[in-house]
Amino acid sequence: MATSYSGLTVLVAGGTSDSHTWNLVFLQIMLQEAGYQVVNIGPCVPEQLLVDRCRDVTPDLVVIGSVNGHGYQDGELAILALRAEPDLAALPAVIGGKLGVEGKQDEVLRARLLDAGFDAVFDDGDLDSFLRFVADLRVGSSADEPAGAVSA
Amino acid sequence: MTAAALDLVRPTSDVATGSFGGFVALAAGAGQLVVQPRMGMSDPATMRRGLELTKYAAATTVGTITLDSYTRLGDEAAARRAIAAGTSLNGYPIVSHPESTTRTVLAAVLDDSFPVQVRHGSARPEEIIRALTKVGLSATEGGPVSYCLPYGRTPLRESVDCWTRSCELLVELAEPGQTPHLECFGGCMLGQLCPPSLLVAISLLEALFFTRHGLNSVSLSYAQQTEPALDQEAILALRRLAAEFLPAGTQWHVVLYTYMGVFPSSARGARRLLEAAAELAVRTRTERLIVKTAAEAHRIPTIEDNVRALEYAAAAAAATDPLSGLLGTAAPDSEVYHQARDLIRAVLDLGDNLGDSLCEAFRRGYLDVPYCLHPDNAGETRSFIDEGGRLRWAALGRMPIDPAHHTIPPGGAAGLSSGRLLAELTTVARTYDQPSYDH
Repeated sequence: MATSYSGLTVLVAGGTSDSHTWNLVFLQIMLQEAGYQVVNIGPCVPEQLLVDRCRDVTPDLVVIGSVNGHGYQDGELAILALRAEPDLAALPAVIGGKLGVEGKQDEVLRARLLDAGFDAVFDDGDLDSFLRFVADLRVGSSADEPAGAVSA
Repeated sequence: MTAAALDLVRPTSDVATGSFGGFVALAAGAGQLVVQPRMGMSDPATMRRGLELTKYAAATTVGTITLDSYTRLGDEAAARRAIAAGTSLNGYPIVSHPESTTRTVLAAVLDDSFPVQVRHGSARPEEIIRALTKVGLSATEGGPVSYCLPYGRTPLRESVDCWTRSCELLVELAEPGQTPHLECFGGCMLGQLCPPSLLVAISLLEALFFTRHGLNSVSLSYAQQTEPALDQEAILALRRLAAEFLPAGTQWHVVLYTYMGVFPSSARGARRLLEAAAELAVRTRTERLIVKTAAEAHRIPTIEDNVRALEYAAAAAAATDPLSGLLGTAAPDSEVYHQARDLIRAVLDLGDNLGDSLCEAFRRGYLDVPYCLHPDNAGETRSFIDEGGRLRWAALGRMPIDPAHHTIPPGGAAGLSSGRLLAELTTVARTYDQPSYDH
């Protein structure tokens, strides 16, 4: 469905071993309210499915939500799979949630996710930073591309 | 509610080693609520210590081995890699650890007084069933709908076929003298914001599915929701429907899950919610309670967190008068009962093969879980929490509920927004975290 010319399409996905849904439903509704088109492919997304769906949907941003404690492992495999594909190597991709088994984020593992190719890693509940990141992406995207180039 | 509908169906079989349903029935007969943790650690020595401390907690307990996400999804290679690398998993990888290792974990704890159940979440649990029966266990949980739709991408048809084989495997592979036991997870369905009538209907249908595939000992689940009076109606409806629909002679009990949604973040709020669950269990003659811990909102609970929760719940249960509260006044013809019965009847009317009927029911939208993203779920229903705190239907989609059984509150249903969704998801947490709240 077409939205305004500046609208971005965001693909929302759960980590490959993560069965949680509410975080993904919330992200979907929040992003829709902010004016983005959302394709929510749900929980437990294997790497190949993520790659395939990114090619089908051609999103402007991939958001991986993970809250089951396997976020560091699952996230790294997911981003390595995306970055291994030349056509998806530059696709903006972020991850956020409760990423580890411990209560707070592990800086070493967080840096590893960034090294592996994520554009940003968000703490659990840090929605302001996340929405700012998406808004900046929209500004960048509108400035870089003619309106017609934005995928529907 | 007649007294007969609340009476326990007593086991006719003996209590074999680790016989789960028999143990729970004996405890219920003695007036003891069985309490159980969710607990799974990847390190065998830690898992063993968790079971030992559960067994010797000051409560009537059964043990739990919760499996990790990789094992749940059948990714044995990933679980093995994690074990080899020394990475912590979020549960015990029963398929990947050698049989002898798991036998050592169980050796000091598993006996007549302490059955152990394997909890997992797999839509394709055959290897898990093989692994657990190999080490002498015979109790587990799940279901073709409840372990499929909310948790991943397995098609419902495949899950139904896998669960058919898994029921048969469990019956076939349980050691002689054991009474294999299956608990349905249908009373949870995404944990929150699924109205009780659908939880009760799915729970009953899954338990019935288990009995049709050879199980004689089952438990029916219900997850605590937003309002104690509504929860009580739901559990009493579940008991009445179990007595109506399960085959005569089935050994069954009800298991209550302490709230499965966003948990209070204060230790006091978390304890009060657990206490409310224990009271609800006692007042509805629920035989078994799965606890949550005060750490729930913050991290995966430790063994000690779990033991504290077990003992707290047991003490709260012991302090509750089973004849107190609303039990006597709960209407036998509650809306929950009638809605659930409408759904159950509609599914059973689809044919003799319950697995086929469940698939067809979801295809037609007769059963439709609100907010569930699974491709086999119609996604046409919506729920909301009304001003009185009751969880209600905002949209029934194509579910065949008689309009006479669906009252719409004054003001109608609330619209959906991310703010409202977040508020509803955290209603229970906020309520119990309030310093002045007294349930």
